[in-house]
Amino acid sequence: MSVRRRTAVGGRRTSVTAVTSVLRLDGVDRSFGDRQALKNVSFDVVAGRMTGFVGGNGAGKTTTMRIILGVLAADAGRVTWQGAPLNPQVRRRFGYMPEERGLYPKMSVREQVVYLGRLHGMTAAAASRATEALLERVGLAERGGDLLETLSLGNQQRAQIAAALVHGPEVLVLDEPFSGLDPLAVDTVVGVLRERAAAGAAVLFSSHQLDVVERLCDDLVIIADGVIRAAGDREQLRRTYTSPRFELVVESDAGWLRDQPGVLLVDLDGARAVFDLAPGADEQPVLHAALARGPVRAFRPLAPSLTEIFREVTQ
Amino acid sequence: MNTVQSEPRGARAALPTVPAAGPQAEAEKGPVTTVQAARLVAAREIRVKLRDKTFLFSTLLFLLIAAAATVLPPLLSGGPSTVAATEQSAGPLRAAGLEVRTVPDDRAAEQAVRDDEVDAAVVSGPAVLALDEVPDDVVAALSTRPQVRLLNPDALNPVAAFLVPFVFAFIFYITSQVFGVQIAQSVIEEKQTRIVEILAAAVPVRALLAGKMVAGTVLALGQIVLVALVAVAGMVFGDGGGLLPLLGPAIGWFVPFFLVGFVLVAAMWAAAGALVNRQEDLTGVSTPVQLVVMLPFFAVIFLNDNATAMRILSYLPFSAPTAMPLRLFTGDAPVWEPVVALLLLLVAAGAFLLAGARVYEGALLRTNGRISIRTAWRTRESVS
Repeated sequence: MSVRRRTAVGGRRTSVTAVTSVLRLDGVDRSFGDRQALKNVSFDVVAGRMTGFVGGNGAGKTTTMRIILGVLAADAGRVTWQGAPLNPQVRRRFGYMPEERGLYPKMSVREQVVYLGRLHGMTAAAASRATEALLERVGLAERGGDLLETLSLGNQQRAQIAAALVHGPEVLVLDEPFSGLDPLAVDTVVGVLRERAAAGAAVLFSSHQLDVVERLCDDLVIIADGVIRAAGDREQLRRTYTSPRFELVVESDAGWLRDQPGVLLVDLDGARAVFDLAPGADEQPVLHAALARGPVRAFRPLAPSLTEIFREVTQ
Repeated sequence: MNTVQSEPRGARAALPTVPAAGPQAEAEKGPVTTVQAARLVAAREIRVKLRDKTFLFSTLLFLLIAAAATVLPPLLSGGPSTVAATEQSAGPLRAAGLEVRTVPDDRAAEQAVRDDEVDAAVVSGPAVLALDEVPDDVVAALSTRPQVRLLNPDALNPVAAFLVPFVFAFIFYITSQVFGVQIAQSVIEEKQTRIVEILAAAVPVRALLAGKMVAGTVLALGQIVLVALVAVAGMVFGDGGGLLPLLGPAIGWFVPFFLVGFVLVAAMWAAAGALVNRQEDLTGVSTPVQLVVMLPFFAVIFLNDNATAMRILSYLPFSAPTAMPLRLFTGDAPVWEPVVALLLLLVAAGAFLLAGARVYEGALLRTNGRISIRTAWRTRESVS
C-alpha cells in the first residue's frame, strides 16, 4: 500500500516540473489544539486541469483550502504558486468559494459581484462588464438587480460562483461548489468551471459527491484524517488503486465463474457477472472458458468508479 | 509508468500559462493598496446605509427633534400679554407693544381678567391685576427702568447652562452608541454570512476595519452636522439666536473631540463584533463597551456643576469629548486645556485603535463560537 502510494505521488512530482503554473502544497501541517487536522499535506494543482479534492467529513479539505487562501495559517510547510510563495498580492489573483456560503443578504446580486471584482483590483468598468457576462453565463442575468436574500438557495449558489469568478482568477479554490445545486445548475457550473480550466486556470474543488467528481476532474486528491492518501491523474490512480474489473454476459448461468482461477467475483446475477482479476491473472483465459461453455453476449472491461478508488485508499 | 504519464503532461506544458481572464482583463487590474481597499469598503458601507430605511427615518427623526427643540420654545412662550385698561392708562402700554383692550372702567377691567379674556388689567393706582402669574412685560411697561451695566455680559442664562451640557453629552452618547453598534453589526454580518473569508482572501483585514471605521465616522459626523445645521437654523428662525455666539467655540471644539472620541469607541465596537458570530451574541460582549460610554455620560450630566470633577472628566479619554467642550462653554478652561485633552484623547484613541485592530484581526476569521479577547489577542492568524 505505502509503496504504491509513493509511486503515484512521486511519479506525478517528477513529471510536472516542466509546468510552471502549479499550485503546490508542500508538507503542510496544521493543528487545532491537540487535534492534528493536517499532516504533511503535499499535492499539486496544475493550471488547465480540474483537480477534485475528495475526503470524508472532517478529513481536512476545508482546512487545506482555507490555508491556500491565507484565511488560516499553516503550522508548517509551504504553499507556492508558479514557484513563488503565496502572499496577499498573489492571492488576489485567486478565486475562492468558501464552504459556508455567504454574500451580503441585503445587497443586489450585481452590486456585490461588482464590489468583489473591485476589491480584487478591477476597475469599475471592467468589474461591471465581467459581472454582466458572468450573470448571463450562470443564468442570473434577469435577477441581477434583486437582493441576494430574495433568491432561492440554488440561485444564491450561482451568485456565489459568479462572485468567485468575477476577477478572472488564475487559481480557483471551490469548497463543495455543487452541494445544494439541482442537476441543471450542476451542469451550468460544471460548464463554467471547465471553460475556466480550458482557459488556463488551475481549479481545485472539493466534493463529497463522488459521481460529480468522477465526471469532472482530471486530477484527483484523496484525503483522510488529514493525510493525503492519493494524488495524481485520475486514470493513473484508477489503474494504480483498483484491480482490473470485467463484465461478462453469457447465454445461461455464469455461476461457474466462482471456481474459475484468478477470478474474484464481485456480482453475479444469473447470466451476468462482474468480476475482478486477482493480481497477476489475465482476462483471456476467462473469455476462453466462457466461450467453451457457450455463446458470449458481452465481455468488456469496466472502469471502476471513484467510490471504489476512494474506498481502497482510505481503508 | 512515468513514460506513459509524461506524454499528456508534456502536452499540457504547452498550454498558455496566462491567467484565465486573459491579458486584456489583466491590464485592467492593478494591485489594490490597503488605502484603495479601505476606500472601497467604506464606500460600500455608506452606500448600504444610505439605503437603509431605519437609518433614514432615525436621521429624519433627529432633524425633527432638533428643529422642534429650537423653534418651538420661543413660539410656545407666546406673544406679548393682552391687557385690559381704561383709555387714559392705555398709552404707555401700547407704546410697550402690548395688546390693549380698552374697557370703560376698573370693574370691567377686573372682570375681563377674571373671565380669562385678558392676561392682565391695569387699574387706577396704578395697580396691575392678574390671575396667578405676574405679567412681567406689563409691569415693565409701567416702571422706570434703572440703567443696567452688565459686568460679565457673557454669563449664561441658567436654562442654557443646564441644557447645553446635556445636549452635548447626549449627542456624543447616542451617536457613538448607535453608530458603534452598527459597526459591530456590520462586522458580524460579514462573519455570519462567511463572506469575510472571501474578503480576507482578497484584501488585508486591516483595510476592512479601516473602511468600516471611516464609514461609521463619516455617517455619524454627517448626521451630527445635519442636526447642528438644523438646530442653528432653528435658533435663528425661532429667535434664540442670542445663544449662538456663546455656543460657537464650544461647537467648534466639540467637533474634533467628537471625531477622535468616536474613533476610540468605534474601535471597541469593531473588536466586540469580531468576537462573536451571531447578531444575538453581541449584547454579551458589548456590555463593557456600553458601560465605558455610559458611565462618563452620566458623570458629566450629574457632576456638570462640580468644577473639580469636571476638570478631571475633561481629561479622561472617555468623558473628554463631552466634558471639555462643556468647560469651554461655561468659560472655565483656558485655551491650552482643550489642546492637552485632545492630545491625550488622540493617544488613547490611537492605542485603542491598535488594540482593537489586533483583536479584530485575531478574531475575524474564527467563525465557530465566541472568541475570548485573550485568544484573539494572541492569535496572529491572518497570514497576510
